[in-house]
Formats: sequence, C-alpha cells, structure tokens
Amino acid sequence: MSVKQISVFLENKKGRLAEVTMGLSKEKINIRALALADTADFGVLRIIVDNPERAVTALKARGFVAQVTEVIAVEVEDRPGGLARILEVLDQDNVNVEYMYAYVEKKRDNAIVICRIDDRERALQVLEKHGIATLNAEALKAL
Amino acid sequence: MIWNPDFESLDRSALARLQGERLGRLVDTLYRRVPFYRKKMDAAGVKPHDIQGIADLPRLPCTTKDEMREVYPYGLLAVSLKDIVEVHTSSGTTGTPVVDAYTAGDIEVWAEVMARTLAAGGTGRHDIVQNAYGYGLFTGGLGVHYGARKIGATVIPISGGNTRRQLAMMRDFKSTVIACTPSYSLFLAEAAREEGMDPSKAGLKAGFFGAEPWSESMRGEIQQQLGLRALDIYGLTEIIGPGVAMECEGQVGLHVNEDHFYPEIIDPASGKVLPDGQKGELVITTLTKDGTPVLRYRTRDITYLDRTPCACGRTTARMHRVLGRTDDMLIIRGVNVFPSQIEEVILKVEGIEPHYQLIVERRDQLDELEVQVEMNEGLFSDEIRGLERMEKKIEADLYATLSIHTRVRLVEPKSIARSEGKAKRIIDKRQL
Repeated sequence: MSVKQISVFLENKKGRLAEVTMGLSKEKINIRALALADTADFGVLRIIVDNPERAVTALKARGFVAQVTEVIAVEVEDRPGGLARILEVLDQDNVNVEYMYAYVEKKRDNAIVICRIDDRERALQVLEKHGIATLNAEALKAL
Repeated sequence: MIWNPDFESLDRSALARLQGERLGRLVDTLYRRVPFYRKKMDAAGVKPHDIQGIADLPRLPCTTKDEMREVYPYGLLAVSLKDIVEVHTSSGTTGTPVVDAYTAGDIEVWAEVMARTLAAGGTGRHDIVQNAYGYGLFTGGLGVHYGARKIGATVIPISGGNTRRQLAMMRDFKSTVIACTPSYSLFLAEAAREEGMDPSKAGLKAGFFGAEPWSESMRGEIQQQLGLRALDIYGLTEIIGPGVAMECEGQVGLHVNEDHFYPEIIDPASGKVLPDGQKGELVITTLTKDGTPVLRYRTRDITYLDRTPCACGRTTARMHRVLGRTDDMLIIRGVNVFPSQIEEVILKVEGIEPHYQLIVERRDQLDELEVQVEMNEGLFSDEIRGLERMEKKIEADLYATLSIHTRVRLVEPKSIARSEGKAKRIIDKRQL
C-alpha cells in the first residue's frame, strides 16, 4: 500500500520554505510529515499532507515545481530496534531504500517511517511476508 | 516567395557592377557633403576617384559607433534637413545614441527590404501580421510595419509588451504571422499556456525574430512551442533597422540585401578583410541611403559569409546567424566565450527551457562563470542525486565545447527575469 508524497524543488535561499508552508496554510492543508534534502544550491522538500492533489495545485499556482511521488508508510514500533528490524528485513531481500524519514504520531504507540523505494511492489511483499504493517492514504489521514 | 527577383536573384557579376556604381556615387556624396567622412577619407589618404569598383571598398576607412556618437545629432546628415521625413536613434543604453535620419526615398528602401524579409517567410496579402516589436524610436516596430504595408498584409500594430493583450489579439484576430524578439516569443508561449491556450494551435505560420542573438536550439524550441516556422532577421539602427538580411524558408543563413547593404567580414583586431567562410566582424556599407549614409560600419557582430548559390534562387550573399558580439564576448580565464555557444549546449539537454542566465564573478583573481538554469516540471526529479547528475552533465558538456569549467546551478522556475524586449543574459560582476 503506497501513499502520495509531494516533492518540491527549492532554491537554497531565504524564505522559500516559508513560502511553501504559507501557501499550504492558506489552503488549509495540514502537513503531517516533512523532510528536506539539500545541496549547496538547492533542496528537495518532501512532505506528506492530508490532501496531496490540492497541495500540488496550490504549490504550482505559486510557481513551484512540485510533483507527487509514491512512497511507503511503514509502522515502526517506538522502541529500540524498531527501525533496525525493518531495515534488516528489506536488506535481506535486497530491497534498496532511496531515502527515508520518520515521524512519531502522538495518538498511537508506533512511529511511522516514510520510505522511498524504487521497487515498491517487492518491498511491500517483503514487508507483508514479515508481518510488518504499512499504512494506506486513508489510514494516514485518519491519524 | 521572392519579393523582388530582379535584384534578389540578380546575376552576381551584374550585382557587382551595380554595387560598384552605387559605391562610387556614395563616396562622392560623402566626400562633398559630410565633413565627418571627408576628414576620415583625408586621414586615410583616399580620394573619391580612387574608388573604381566594389573591389576598392577595403581602401576606405571603417566607421565605429563611438565616432558616430561624437557627431550627434546631425553630423552624419548628407542631405538638407528639410528632406528628412523621419528620425530614429539607437537605444542609447550604452551612451549617446546614434541617429538614423531617413528621406522619403530611404523609407521606401526600408519598406522594400522589409517586404523582401516578410515575403521570404511566406507573408502575403492575406496574412495578419501581429507586430510585437516596439513602435517608436526603436526601428523594429516601424520597420516591420512598413514592410507589411508594402506587401498589403494586415498589420496589427500592437507594439511590444502587454502580454495578455497580445494573446487576446492573437486569438480574436487570428494572427498568422508574428514579429518580436525570440525571447519574447517564448514568454508569450508560456503566458498562453498559463491562460489555458495552446500556443502551437494559435494559427501562426511564420515568425520573424531578431534584435538579439539566439541559437539553432532555441529556434527548435520556438517552432515547437508556437507551431510556426521561425525565421531569423537581421538589421541595426545604424544602418537602417531590420531589413539588412533575412532568412529564406530554407533557414540556411541570412540573405543580405546586397544591392542596398554591402557586407564584408574583417578581423576585428587587424581590420583586414577575411575570405568567405571565415569568422570575423561584420562590416556594412549602405549603397543607396541618402539621409545618413554609412561607410564601412563596424557592427561588432561576429559571423561569416557564404556566397554560394542558395536553393531558394536568391543569389545574394548569406551571413551565418550572428555568433556573438565583439563586445558581449566574455573572456573567462583568457578563453573567448559567446553566450550563444552556452545556449546551444544547454538547450540540447532534454527538457531544458531557454531561460538561463550567466553570472561572471572574479574570486581570488580567477574568473568564475555560473550558468543558472531554470527548473521545470519536465526536468524535476524527486532524487537529489538525479538533479546533481544533471548539473554535472551540463558542466561536462559545456567543458567539452568551451574548454572552461563552469558551475551550473538549478534555480526555481520564473526566478530569472523575463524580458519583453532583449533578454538580459549576462551579469558581469567583475570589477575590472
């Protein structure tokens, strides 16, 4: 089960991230998780929001280059070794994780890790085989 | 279509005779009536009777823009002011403007060469010409206007800028021909898409683009985005405005209207005339202008000439599209770099749009050239690695062409200022 992440191109200069969050705030879009990868010149902002389609439209209207990327949301036990187990499982089956970031949901015991994986289908099979739960868009929204 | 085959397809030996006669008359007039040229000829030790044919032209001195500025406003006039019907000047952005004063006959010549220009791209009586060059002192607007009128086409004299209105006119009047700067045409296409209009289906068949250097890759981009045949036109205020040279539908160099404007290529350093095919500075002599005739004007444009016959049937010399300027040539760590070369390289990369800017800086006594390229939907990838790879790839391609290291930087869409006239491509921050 995959979820939609929004990736936004940002130049490394003052106020760009604020411009993104402002734009989403005006549209009443809530950011659930966020990660920023950057180089000296530019960055790629990755966010999970409650309404990806509207978020992309809002960002494009503000002149940003934004696109939807399919990612996997995995539930991770919020205790030592929780993430290690998942990565071990994926590694054993040769599934390569491009990048990942985590967030802790206050209403539940488990943390949620967002993973970008090229071979998403296989990753999902591997996780399922080992009884590791993934969340779909509705489940994420409901949190 | 050839507007005036009697001259545009004239046998080359007859053309040379005609040019020789016209040059003789020109030199005679300049010596008698324009002290500016008389002084220059005296200093060079050349008298009018020394000029017996077009082959004697290199004996005459060249004229530079700076010299012409010194005699502002009327020092270049070869007729009495009462015979002048219109005046244009260069923009004056780099100093005192240069004045071009036209007699009624000069305007007629201008209309003729512009009719040739527009006809060469297929413009006829039934066409609707949207003229988005600026009307006013700038020669682009009125030049295209006179040419389109002479052909009998319908002109929409909308002038430059006001993009929304341009799009409304294009849609409501069903323009078939557009004339503007190449960078503005892409700006229009972008604006059209934002308004939900498909610019490639707007019904345009031909576009006449000039007034700034552009590349073959940019032509491809314009043709695809606007669904038209994009033709390069060349001219300059100091000579007459647009109409000096234009492409035919073959798009293989610009035919110089040689019966009116005689082209030479010289080595910009030594001033020596170079043979056909060799790159150098374009020099133009006006053979028929009465108001402010010009002798061997150094255009500072870099190109080369080809006098071999063209498939279109015209016999006139063709100049290659302008490769650069002797004055906007950048010298980066001792290497001559033309912005057009950089454009050619970056536009070859799949997905890159022609919105770029060159920033030159000097750090620790070393020149650094940064090439800013705008990000867009097509180029974007979620992975940092992919984007960095793209930057490195462009840097490697630029190195292969220019032999200098550049720094390519991806910037956000629309962060590079759009221009309604000539695009500003270079920001030179060096304090030299």
